[in-house]
Amino acid sequence: MTVLPAPASASPVLGAAVSNAVVESFLRSVSPVDEVGVTERAASLSTRSVKRESKLAALEMAIRMCDLTTLEGRDTPGKTIQLAAKAVRPDPTDPTIPPVAALCVYPNMVPFAVQALEGSDVAVASVATYFPSGQAPISVKVEDVAWAVAEGADEIDMVINRGAFLSGDYRVVHDEIVAVKEACRTAHLKVILETGELGPYDNVRRASMLAMAAGADFVKTSTGKTASNATLPVTLVMLEAIRDFYRSTGRAVGMKPAGGISTAKVAIRYLVLLSETLGRDWLTPTRFRFGASSLLNDLLMQIRWIREGRYQSPDYFTKD
Amino acid sequence: MDLPASTDGEKPEIVPAGLDYVSSLESTDVVSIDESYGLWIDGKPSEPATDRYFPTVNPATEETLSRVAEGGAEDVDRAVKAARKAYGGVWGRIGGGERAKYLYRLARMLQERSREFAVLETLDGGKPITESRDIDLPLAAAHFFYYAGWADKLEYAFPGLDTRPLGVVGQVIPWNFPMLMLAWKVAPALATGNTVVLKPAETTPLTALAFARLADEAGLPPGALNIVTGDGETGAEVVSHPGVDKVAFTGSTEVGRRIQRTLAGTRKRLTLELGGKAPHVIFDDAPIDQAIEGVINGIFFNQGHVCCAGSRLLVQESIYDGFIDRLKVRLATLRVGDPLDKNTDVGAINSRAQLDRIAELVDTGLAEGAEMYQLSCSLPERGYWFAPTLFMGVSQSHRIAQEEIFGPVLSIMTFRTPTEAVEKANNTPYGLSAGVWTSKGSRILWMADRLKAGVVWANTYNKFDPSSPFGGYQESGFGREGGRHGLLPYVKGGM
Repeated sequence: MTVLPAPASASPVLGAAVSNAVVESFLRSVSPVDEVGVTERAASLSTRSVKRESKLAALEMAIRMCDLTTLEGRDTPGKTIQLAAKAVRPDPTDPTIPPVAALCVYPNMVPFAVQALEGSDVAVASVATYFPSGQAPISVKVEDVAWAVAEGADEIDMVINRGAFLSGDYRVVHDEIVAVKEACRTAHLKVILETGELGPYDNVRRASMLAMAAGADFVKTSTGKTASNATLPVTLVMLEAIRDFYRSTGRAVGMKPAGGISTAKVAIRYLVLLSETLGRDWLTPTRFRFGASSLLNDLLMQIRWIREGRYQSPDYFTKD
Repeated sequence: MDLPASTDGEKPEIVPAGLDYVSSLESTDVVSIDESYGLWIDGKPSEPATDRYFPTVNPATEETLSRVAEGGAEDVDRAVKAARKAYGGVWGRIGGGERAKYLYRLARMLQERSREFAVLETLDGGKPITESRDIDLPLAAAHFFYYAGWADKLEYAFPGLDTRPLGVVGQVIPWNFPMLMLAWKVAPALATGNTVVLKPAETTPLTALAFARLADEAGLPPGALNIVTGDGETGAEVVSHPGVDKVAFTGSTEVGRRIQRTLAGTRKRLTLELGGKAPHVIFDDAPIDQAIEGVINGIFFNQGHVCCAGSRLLVQESIYDGFIDRLKVRLATLRVGDPLDKNTDVGAINSRAQLDRIAELVDTGLAEGAEMYQLSCSLPERGYWFAPTLFMGVSQSHRIAQEEIFGPVLSIMTFRTPTEAVEKANNTPYGLSAGVWTSKGSRILWMADRLKAGVVWANTYNKFDPSSPFGGYQESGFGREGGRHGLLPYVKGGM
């Protein structure tokens, strides 16, 4: 299993029961973001060219960083078990292909995922806190998380309270994360900002800092359930926030872009962005994940292409 | 930031990079370089009367790429006569609508063959292929498109002004953006109905010669564009030739002064785009990570061979330490090396002479007591290279704070208040460009009002567009290139 470091301590850096004014003044100290500059930097890094051996290594790393995901109302135990098999052995014809990092499911599917993945190297991640909207009372959200953890989830992907964030009630956002963090106990917490709903990059950077200060082990872009998913610029903004947080606290927080990353080519652009911003220490599944479903098969296809010099039909890769 | 420090007491360090890029070389198959090139006069190649040729080398390898004719007084005279003939003949008579067709065709052909021109530019000048491919060539084509649009609308551009052409213009361009500077000069001159004698820089003549052939293929009437290659003496012949009606020069302030002296008392019109020592001002409320990118781009773009390079960094003292730390981390990710590698950020220094000048000024910086920080990187054994360099603890009185280095060397100073920032920023004989980083809109306007510079960039740097005028004042020259303003130097009623 991708062994994550011990989760961040449950006591948040801003202290428990802080006032809204304290959180507000903390957020005001966050560096502003210039949208044009971020977009340009992301675009210029996209022209980096990664070739042959390095590309192969990067593609294999990307597989080990995948949170293979199914989040649908129609998910069933059968579907979950099938996807678990894919997670453990992405390419049944090629034993050298590593397993993915985690299988990401709804709480109801956690027991089946845990059973199917028992003894494997793949972790079970569960979305919780009334994913994707998060529009429920905090007590219910905490219950949602506690249940998934009790059923054996190793990682929890929560959503922040965007309504509270946008209405300026930052303390509520903060305290909810703290409460969820406590309910996670030893499980790792990924905090989804749903960047597409937050508006300007300034908000994305502030929300990232808020989540990290409240104890997030990872920050994650999106639920994949809205029109706007992960993008390179938004990921860059979050990586820069992680860098700031690391510089001032020494605590390394992970990053998970999710939604809309479906090709190996794009995945490599994310890895370039990561390595140029946070460096080699973050080029590991313990600090970076892709939230994706269709990406995995494209990674397999590109690996086969590099190794064998020709493209295979998509029919040669399993669809689960 | 109000966060508790890390408990172990060690300063967390970011080690940038880690993902290996394998060199990804742009193929040079698209270009064919002749063994030698004559001058380009009256629509055809022409042997120089001097009978002399000089080598042009690839600064990244020191290999001789070709031998190029050295034009003398007699050759310049022939070129000016050919230009005069074309002005009195086809080009001077066809009218704006027709001229526009030629310019549009040049623009389109330049786009179609941009890869070839980009590779040639990189081979001859040492700039990274990503820059010639993504910046120089697209902008050069854009300039031709832009001025093609004006060619038949001149009387609407300046109602009431005499928009007839001047005649023959002599243009001398530098080696830092050979093709782009050609476009800045040639496009407005041709659009307004003038004919041209152009002298490209001695170290980078190849794209201009390739462009002459492209213009020929486009059917541009013979004599409308003439290229006379050579060194400074050739340039002096172009400038001082009595048959030239207007001189446009981009290059060093020193040569600009000489030209202005030469032209004093003549009827010739003159525009000069000279050196700079641009202040790049970072306030404490700036978007820091983007400001770092802006600073890097401002000084290391094109190896710092940029007249508007942001070579004097002024950082507000309250954020100085953190800013410099970040700058050093970012500096470490710069990739210096083969300009043809698509992953290269900083290419070769254009010439041995320029390398020597940079090294000399860097030595004075050290001698004057500034603290130097250089990117530790392995530089290729052959070719002309200089590692990206930061100078901390620089004073206004240091030479590296006053003189244009024209290389990848940044002089860093601090300020305490906006007033002091303006005072230090303006404390220079130059006045070409300036950069301001702050998230406060009112401060941007306040600064722009007070900075003595032809261009002020706010929360960005090195942004160019054909519709935006560019030029300086004080010792950075006069006259504008680009935009509607860029037409004025080339029409009778203009400046």
